[in-house]
Amino acid sequence: MLEELNRLEEEALKALETAEDEEALDQWYRAYLGRKGAVTRMVRSVGTLPKEERPAFGRRANEVKQALEAAYADRRETVRRMALARALEEGAVDVTLPGRPVVRGRLHPATRTLREIYAIFADMGFQVYRSRDVETDEYNFQLLNMPPHHPARDMWDTFYTTQEGVLLRTHTSPGQIHAMREFAPEPVRVILPGMCYRYEQITARSEIQFHQVEGLAVGRNITMTDLKGTLAEFARRMFGPERKMRFRCSHFPFTEPSVEVDIDCILCEGRGCPVCKHTGWLEILGAGMVHPVVLRNGGYDPDVYSGFAFGMGPERITMLKYGIQDIRYFWGNDLRFLEQF
Amino acid sequence: MRVPLSWLKEYVDVTLPLSELTERLTLAGLEVAAVETIGLPGADLPWDPERIRVGEVVEVKPHPDADRLVLAVVRYGEDDYETCVTGAPNLFPYLGKGRVSVKVAFAMEGARLWDPYAEKPRVMKLKKTKIRGVPSRAMVCSERELGLSDEHEGILILPDDAPVGAPLADYLGDVVLDLDLTPNLARCFSVIGVAREVAALTGQPLRLPSLEVPMEGEPAADQVAIEIEDPDLCARYIGMVIRDVTIGPSPFWMQRRLQMAGMRPINNLVDITNYVMLEWGQPLHAFDYDKLAERAEGGKPTIIVRPARPGERMTTLDGIDRELTPDDLLICDTAGPVAIAGVMGGLETEVTETTRNILLEAANFNFISIRRTSRRLKLPSESSARFGRGVHPAMARRGALRAAGFFHRLAGGAVAQGMVDAYPAPPEPVVLTLTPTEVRRVLGISLTLDELSDILTRLEFDCHVEGDTLRVTAPDHRLDVTCTADLLEEVARIYGYDRLPATLMADRLPPQRSNRDLALEERARDLLVEAGLQEVITYRLTTPEREALLLPPDVPREELPYVHIANPISAERTVMRRSLLASVLDVAAANLRFRDRLALFEIGKVFIPVEGEPLPEEPRRLAVLLTGPREPLHWAGSDREPMDFFDLKGVVEALVEGLHLPDVAYVPTEHPSFHPGRVAQLTVDGEPMGVFGELHPLVVENFDMPPRPVLAADLDLEALLAKVPETYRVTPLSRYPAVRQDIAVVVDEEVPAAEVQRVIEQAGGKLLRRVQLFDVYRGEQIGEGKKSLAYALTFQADDRTLTDHDANRLRDKIVRRLEATLGATLRT
Ligand SMILES: [Zn+2]
Repeated sequence: MLEELNRLEEEALKALETAEDEEALDQWYRAYLGRKGAVTRMVRSVGTLPKEERPAFGRRANEVKQALEAAYADRRETVRRMALARALEEGAVDVTLPGRPVVRGRLHPATRTLREIYAIFADMGFQVYRSRDVETDEYNFQLLNMPPHHPARDMWDTFYTTQEGVLLRTHTSPGQIHAMREFAPEPVRVILPGMCYRYEQITARSEIQFHQVEGLAVGRNITMTDLKGTLAEFARRMFGPERKMRFRCSHFPFTEPSVEVDIDCILCEGRGCPVCKHTGWLEILGAGMVHPVVLRNGGYDPDVYSGFAFGMGPERITMLKYGIQDIRYFWGNDLRFLEQF
Repeated sequence: MRVPLSWLKEYVDVTLPLSELTERLTLAGLEVAAVETIGLPGADLPWDPERIRVGEVVEVKPHPDADRLVLAVVRYGEDDYETCVTGAPNLFPYLGKGRVSVKVAFAMEGARLWDPYAEKPRVMKLKKTKIRGVPSRAMVCSERELGLSDEHEGILILPDDAPVGAPLADYLGDVVLDLDLTPNLARCFSVIGVAREVAALTGQPLRLPSLEVPMEGEPAADQVAIEIEDPDLCARYIGMVIRDVTIGPSPFWMQRRLQMAGMRPINNLVDITNYVMLEWGQPLHAFDYDKLAERAEGGKPTIIVRPARPGERMTTLDGIDRELTPDDLLICDTAGPVAIAGVMGGLETEVTETTRNILLEAANFNFISIRRTSRRLKLPSESSARFGRGVHPAMARRGALRAAGFFHRLAGGAVAQGMVDAYPAPPEPVVLTLTPTEVRRVLGISLTLDELSDILTRLEFDCHVEGDTLRVTAPDHRLDVTCTADLLEEVARIYGYDRLPATLMADRLPPQRSNRDLALEERARDLLVEAGLQEVITYRLTTPEREALLLPPDVPREELPYVHIANPISAERTVMRRSLLASVLDVAAANLRFRDRLALFEIGKVFIPVEGEPLPEEPRRLAVLLTGPREPLHWAGSDREPMDFFDLKGVVEALVEGLHLPDVAYVPTEHPSFHPGRVAQLTVDGEPMGVFGELHPLVVENFDMPPRPVLAADLDLEALLAKVPETYRVTPLSRYPAVRQDIAVVVDEEVPAAEVQRVIEQAGGKLLRRVQLFDVYRGEQIGEGKKSLAYALTFQADDRTLTDHDANRLRDKIVRRLEATLGATLRT
């Protein structure tokens, strides 16, 4: 009997190895360990043995039963894994097929750059101050130290309206006067963004409308070296820490001294290329110390207060950063352009 | 302003290499826009120093086979001769004259020159050849072949003292600096002005030309009188008389300098006035004195400077008869106008080939008057450009004397004694004070009185130390220094902007005010971008006609007031826009050529004139546009149905929810731009915020878009943002499970869905947490004129688990309320 039991165990284990799926496993179980299975039957037949052989046979029979149950559980797990592996294999997709499109909205690139500028100056304590597009000659020119017929007015080709003395602002500088008059005698630290207008032919390089962001700081202790420090910080954050910056003497009627600020050309690293007109430098903004006449017009005593102002073009900055050759792209709003941002 | 380096070096030693000089000038505000090199390395066509030399034509012989050609024997070194075949007409006079000496530009085989006959600039290489049987391997060059000018009539003839055999590049090569000058640099519109800057920037002395003139004969004052009617328009007028001038070409060096500076040589008299203008910045004019004497009919000619009388006319030297206005300043004599001051001379008293005696004018005119006149007459000139920027009246005397000296030396004229100098109101010298404290306060750098004095003295300011203050008198060639700030600029400029340290502001931070207005506008942008829309920014200039396209053609148009541009640059940009939507529709139409699906928005100002106010209102608006299939094309299939009203409404809902606007409602409305029945008014707190819906098909057609639904919103952003609450509260989350119940109710077609929802919410009370409409059905089963609305209701309590019994009770209550107030029936 014992021998038969051992042989049965051997046979069952062998049969178990051929079970490849759930069904075969069930069949095997029924055949060996089920109520009518071979092993079960043999265990029941213990009664036919002589009394003294019974305990030994009983022990062995239990061992076999447990071993087979364990082998069955193992095999069952193996089969499950194999089935899962097969299913996963069949479920493979072509990962190179395009994904389902997510319709993504985007800001206009000019807005993006404006926000970047706001953020950089906000960190230096500059707040945004906005004023009107349609301005008076008084605010756009006269209060900025440009009386009628001043030669410097030639620097701005102006759109006039049919209303006497009313024009489209040529720069956001009128906001300097608005801001100073609102805040004097408190110190001022603002940036003035807005749309400006110039009477110019629309070409790849010039537009009739463009954004400008001016900055203005007025206080009792504001110096030209502060202007340089502030703009250096801006250039570093906007264009990267490796950029070189230079201050070049210039002229604006509302600042004295006046400067233009260049960075070394982003495209050619200063070696000279068509974008920088082979100078190695790109002009990024104009600036200067607020002219005493302008301070006075804003309500500050120029002997006590001083200040600096600067102005830049977000579209030009965007063009420099991304190598855009044609300024008309901005208001052209061609999605093939806008969607590249 | 074009400055030849060789000319500049006459007044100042240039100690820096060219690249450093241009850099210093640029940083000091004299922006070197371009550097033009002539003949030297770096030029478009450098002259080979071996092969292009100064030559001497020693004999001109006839060509054996051609009448129009001659053979020029050229010596180009100690004992080097070469015969050139040439047709240059200016060598023919020497034909058969035996030994002659004509200095020329000589080029040998292998030299590279401009092809004089090419249409576009093209370089040619000189090769050995035969010209009508005579071998030739060299040539004498024209100005065009050398790239000096377009002249190709004859060859370039050099001065007699040109060194034979020297490389032409050494003798004629030059560099011209092209300076872009800002209006405050009027003083640098002259070679001396630029030399002065170079001297100050490099610490070199300035050498000014002598103004000594030998004078003889009858004093000028006996020969001419000068009257200035209005000293505000003419601060100074100097007249000098020069007799017995010989007209002819000016010397080679003067012609070359004028050419390089961008002016065309004419004759010695004209060239001298131009040369002195370029040298000193003082415009001059020469009259034919005898013509003036003639007009004075035997009397002493009298120059009268006065505004034109109404209707007065004069023929200017370009032969045009011009009508003048009282805004124009005239130079007249007793017989009438002889010149438009500072702009253009008159034809009658012009210097001509027969002129023997001249009256030289060196005057100073009001810059505004000159600008106005030259602009009105469209007569920009070197003279009006200088007067229009401002010239110091002190310059007039220098210009007059310098020119008189040239008339004497170069035209053999006799300069009459003295000058007639009408100078009614010489300007007071500008005296300013400067302290190191002020320099530190504004520039942020510490300089001693000595250092300040040194810097300003280099710019010819007269400086005196008085205690701790510097007393500074501005030099009399400058009009741009009027206040201490101007001195600070000069200090910073000469000290060097590049040497200024960079510091961070030590001043106290002004009170920080948050800019809610901007923050909310940017929030609205973000919400729309989150909703999948692309921002656009369009022109704020448009035309009323373009905006009128927002109405179908048969709708009568109201005349709207616009901000009109007085000087529009094109017919498409004549007014400031009143509508954002029209511009966004233009953008959509343009993009539909490439795309089928568009989802756009713009936030920006419109401009609304206000009755009786000079300035318009500039409120911000928001325009949204959707058109095309709901989803982009995709291989696995996508919703390609055209977007409809509810796609747009979803965007509007996302916006108002994101802004946390209270009490939002969507009211059916009518608007001529929109499809009837598919347009709603957005209201917040019962106030109108603008309309949105499907555009009227005829409006879509107006904008040249294909016939399919276009959804658009035109909202008043100012009104919307004004309703945004300062803050809002977040409701706590319940820890207990929610129960969902679905109901479907049948109501009359006229009952708005919003009304059904309102009744459900009221009846459900605070345990009803969510109401979602998930189906709208119309059909036979429920009968005509009815619709079925199916809602998923979510109930939840904060303090306990709701049972099915609780939910059923609430559901029944809702159904009863719907039945009672809206006549609804439960659909089962
Ligand atoms: Zn470059």
